[in-house]
Amino acid sequence: MRLASKGRPVYLGIDVGSVSTNLVLLDGEDSRSSLVWKKYLRTQGAPLAALKKGLSLIAEEGMWEIRGVGTTGSGRELAGAMLGADIVKNEITAHATAALHSDPTVSTIVEIGGQDSKLIVLRDGVVVDFAMNTVCAAGTGSFLDQQAARLGVPIENFGDLALSSSNPVRIAGRCTVFAETDMIHKQQLGMGIPDILAGLCAAMVRNFLNNLASGKELRPTVFFQGGVAANAGMKRAFELALNQPVHVPDHYDVMGAVGAALLAKEELEKSSGETRFFGLEQAVNCDVTNRTYECRRCPNNCEISEIWRDGAFLASWGSRCGQVGTQHGS
Amino acid sequence: MKVTFPHLGNAYIAIEALLRGLGHEPIAPPPTTRHTLELGSLHSPGELCLPFKIVLGNMLEGLELGADSVLMIGGWGPCRLGYYGEIQRILLEALGKRVEFITLEVPRGSYATYFQRFRKLAAARSAKALLHGARLSWAKLTALEGLEELALKARPREQISGAASRYLQEQLARLREAETVHEVQQIVEEAEVGFRAIMGPERAHLLRVGLLGEIYTVVESFANLGVEERLGELGVEVVRTISLREWVENHIFRKALGLYSLRPLRRLASGYLSGFIGGHGLESVARSVALARQNLDGIVHILPLSCMPEIVARGILPRLSKDEQIPILSLVVDEHMGESGFQTRLEAFVDLLQRRVDALGKQRSACLSGN
Repeated sequence: MRLASKGRPVYLGIDVGSVSTNLVLLDGEDSRSSLVWKKYLRTQGAPLAALKKGLSLIAEEGMWEIRGVGTTGSGRELAGAMLGADIVKNEITAHATAALHSDPTVSTIVEIGGQDSKLIVLRDGVVVDFAMNTVCAAGTGSFLDQQAARLGVPIENFGDLALSSSNPVRIAGRCTVFAETDMIHKQQLGMGIPDILAGLCAAMVRNFLNNLASGKELRPTVFFQGGVAANAGMKRAFELALNQPVHVPDHYDVMGAVGAALLAKEELEKSSGETRFFGLEQAVNCDVTNRTYECRRCPNNCEISEIWRDGAFLASWGSRCGQVGTQHGS
Repeated sequence: MKVTFPHLGNAYIAIEALLRGLGHEPIAPPPTTRHTLELGSLHSPGELCLPFKIVLGNMLEGLELGADSVLMIGGWGPCRLGYYGEIQRILLEALGKRVEFITLEVPRGSYATYFQRFRKLAAARSAKALLHGARLSWAKLTALEGLEELALKARPREQISGAASRYLQEQLARLREAETVHEVQQIVEEAEVGFRAIMGPERAHLLRVGLLGEIYTVVESFANLGVEERLGELGVEVVRTISLREWVENHIFRKALGLYSLRPLRRLASGYLSGFIGGHGLESVARSVALARQNLDGIVHILPLSCMPEIVARGILPRLSKDEQIPILSLVVDEHMGESGFQTRLEAFVDLLQRRVDALGKQRSACLSGN
């Protein structure tokens, strides 16, 4: 569906993550698909509300005509079903697509988000290997947030403070609980906050490389993206550990969304079709509800999640026997 | 006796037929669910593997349905699983369950001890009844694996999402009710036609991915989060390398007769692994080589956390992946794994395979650690 008022053609990319919901618009006529608008919003446990807020910001500007929509992130299916996305992609492919778009020579991508971290290995512009950490909190943004708060350091100042350290302390980074114990111990010994922060960065990088990079060859060009890439202390810790420069792309915080938009564009160009997007005004004003229940139709007792828009059923997830709705999208 | 037994994929259909032939009332536990795993985990030592916990949960749920006996496999050789039955017997006793615990062990050398155990099971049955039960059970095992393999082919080609899996469930339900070998054969013949009707026109290049790893987690869809269905939905044809029928043939019949040889597996694995290391470790390595040489697009390797034979295999697979130029995704499963991370890895792996086929032909390799 097209918007009533014609505007500047753009592709919308949405990354619904556990911590942030990011939206970007890429120029639809420029062959380089440059980014023309971006928004980084906190998900705060309510992906649908965050998504609507982002969309209403786009609608308010009243100057964009959405040509296609791509979604990614842990809420990709939900967002995709709600909006009628043209493509729903996993985060690994989305991040790799965005990084390759900004530099075709990229061979290693380090991505650290709020609640997970990833390592993607590419050769000649193709993903050949990846690893994901979704079980260990050591090495994710949430842990840095928490420690910064505990030390009374605003997260924005974390990186610069860490960089100002002249003598980083060694912190046990295998596990967040022990890292915290060790940090408190070092504080009690009278060590300065910058040295402790720099030590924490080094410990997180060690943890990341131990968990995700064993047996992998991390060749240049190395990209560092995701929310944590804002932290200059982390960037330097990676450079020291890898002994090579690490690049933080301009839009490091919304790379997943950029990738989703690029993939939507690619998909629509391939099929040369119209977008299935529900429409900006409609999406902002629609009433979306989700419902979760335990299905009793067979003994599996699956937990089914359904999404409804304006009283109409859109999609459901969670059925193992296939008797109820559809498993993935519509 | 009212006999319950743990689930192993859809094998309950064959086990029920076998138990009926032996003159017992089979009590199949309810399908494995989150509740089964919670129940099993609650009463299991934490460090044991996922299969142990699910199996114990199945037993407890089967006993809740009124069973008075438990049938389990055990014995030497396979892996720690060999003594799981014994631990489970002790755990059930400690929980105050009064049950007859029958452990079927893979015969070691001779059939004599095997038959002694079986005699306890086959109380007062005519030879004719026993033979019918055995034949029907074998026919059902063959049939259910045949149906599952048809579904593997149909899923990536289906025209309506979920149609192949739904059709499979219907046919399995019919198979469960079948009372003669003839009926079983008829169901399979009809299903071949039925599955064909579900499939759309053949696509140009369908990705084909081999599935291997520890036998329980590969066969039991609850343990592997339905990996076959997930890959099928992503448009991938799954090629199985593990069959229960083959396992029974090799480990119960051939081994007892001294006809089972590891030589073919050892030959394939040469340069990586020289012999048996317990469980399916040698198989995982040998079959990865075989799949690469059959020109498959990729391999998904599944193992339970703390499974020693498969950890050895996992350590070998990265080099094998480079040598044989085939991407391999190793996925570790345990009771704490998240579904979304699992799905994301599979989707990313399928994207990787597709882009590799598109962009490079088959020049590159990758071995993925997954977790």
